[in-house]
Amino acid sequence: MNMQTLNPSRTGGDAMPEGRGASRLLSRLFATRPKAVTLIAAVVLALIVAIALFAPWLANHDPLALSPANRLKGMSESYWLGTDAYGRDLYSRILYGAQVSLIVGVGVAILSVAIGLPLGLLAGYFRAIDAILMRIMDGLMAIPGILLAIAIVSLTSANLWTVMLAIMVPEIPQVVRLVRSRVLSAREEPFVEAAVLMGTPTLKLMIRHLMPSTIAPLIVQGTYICASAILTEAILSFLGAGIGTEIPSWGNIMSEGRIYFQIKPSLIFWAGLLLSACILSINLLGDSARDALDPKMKRRNA
Amino acid sequence: MLSYFVRRVIAAIPVMLVVALFVFLLLRLSPGDPAAIIAGDMATPEQLARIRAALGLDEPLYIQFFVWLGELLRGDFGTSLISQTPVLTMIHQRLEPTLSLALVSILFTVLISVPLGVIAAWRHGSFIDNFVMSASVVGFSVPVFVIGYLLIQLFAIELRWFPVQGFRSLFDGVGPFVSRIVLPALTLSSIYIALISRMTRASMLEVLDEDYIRTARAKGLGERAVLFRHALRNAAVPILTVIGTGFALMVSGVVVTESVFNIPGLGRLIVDAVLARDYPVIQGLILLTSGLYVVINLLIDLSYAATDPRIRY
Repeated sequence: MNMQTLNPSRTGGDAMPEGRGASRLLSRLFATRPKAVTLIAAVVLALIVAIALFAPWLANHDPLALSPANRLKGMSESYWLGTDAYGRDLYSRILYGAQVSLIVGVGVAILSVAIGLPLGLLAGYFRAIDAILMRIMDGLMAIPGILLAIAIVSLTSANLWTVMLAIMVPEIPQVVRLVRSRVLSAREEPFVEAAVLMGTPTLKLMIRHLMPSTIAPLIVQGTYICASAILTEAILSFLGAGIGTEIPSWGNIMSEGRIYFQIKPSLIFWAGLLLSACILSINLLGDSARDALDPKMKRRNA
Repeated sequence: MLSYFVRRVIAAIPVMLVVALFVFLLLRLSPGDPAAIIAGDMATPEQLARIRAALGLDEPLYIQFFVWLGELLRGDFGTSLISQTPVLTMIHQRLEPTLSLALVSILFTVLISVPLGVIAAWRHGSFIDNFVMSASVVGFSVPVFVIGYLLIQLFAIELRWFPVQGFRSLFDGVGPFVSRIVLPALTLSSIYIALISRMTRASMLEVLDEDYIRTARAKGLGERAVLFRHALRNAAVPILTVIGTGFALMVSGVVVTESVFNIPGLGRLIVDAVLARDYPVIQGLILLTSGLYVVINLLIDLSYAATDPRIRY
């Protein structure tokens, strides 16, 4: 046995049949970090979830209530973070903004996995479906996600559902490719060959024997999708192509704050701070999940 | 060799066809009358009828698709609803600011992230390694527009080093161009720097274990030569790949950065088009950027085959 086979990074042990260098390297991009960081990320995310859940009780103003007499006020006893250009309470609006971000993030993650998983299983198992489906996915992946989302929003009325759909469509091909590559390598395993020889029905084979190997990477991928969906929603709202401006989302708050940025930067920075903290903690938790679910990866990066 | 090139180029055609089909179906299958969407809210019934005829909406769907595809291939990407100018002309007019921004950003990215990644890999586990790794996680998670506004607040409003917003062409003088491009280019490159410095580090770590690196050191080469001439050159392939896959990031970054810094480029064009519901412009920009994505990735693939004798299919 020579040095090469001892080095786990060179045996291709984690079975990524395609894109040898790139996809494997990409997946190990975010790796080394102390446990304390994971803990802090979990606490920050828990706080943001609590803010979203308890927004009606934590807020001390109606987030939609206009008060023309109190436009662009600074921090005060009544308005903790001041008011925006319409005299609405910034603090209360930011609390409610957490709801939109989390709904979009979790919703898009669950839906794109729910749609991508069966498609990936089919593509990995049936040659004929694979050829057609993957060409469609290649085409979809060639369209930059943000432009696709912008086009979908511009063609439909902008509400929460269309925004989620718009963010979800570019994410699905990634899920399909991930599931497909796992299925392709799982099919080579002896236990799958045994199941095939025993005449296991196709559906049962896919669900009982092929699907389990996709679960761990999908959990990891799901957290990354969640983070990127929250980011995309904020970008769409910021550009004015997101959910209706009457809904207080972090992106909308920042979008409305743009004109007054030089007078009152806090209109952008508070929402930006929470948005960044939210995305950062979800990304870090995704990294931890990946390390926990794929011990090989962790050892390699240690 | 040649046959591989030809096959790869041919393989890119179905991808473009799927893109075109998708963009086509997006308009046709969206709720509501495509003619009404194309015509905008203010259209008269005569205008609607004219657009309906021009789009061939009474023909079967597949004939509509091929007619439209033929127009695209002849370079006819339609006409803006708002300005009544051909979409390609509008894109051409907005190209320069976006190209300047993208190229300066790529320059910043390479100058900053490659040395950072190389040093981080070289001093694996050290303070600087940990710093680069943590900074890039943060850079990856903070939205581009938040970084943009932070830079404006610090360098334009507090320190007054640069103007807050705007764009000047390079042909109007180097000084005004540079002073206005630095902040947007830093903003746009932030996410790329995060990505590429990590990629360089990971790729270098992989290469630094190789036998030929030990040989290079053993024959007495200096560390600098080992790192940059032997290691980095072999680590470059995955780094190049990330530049290709990172193109989507670049597109969303351009759209956002141009909005934050008020740069009249392609990113502003699509945002204005969305606000005005100017679908032909959106459609043209999607087709062109997707085409560019396919071409960039094709070139990267081909450059591997040209430079790395191990890659042969």
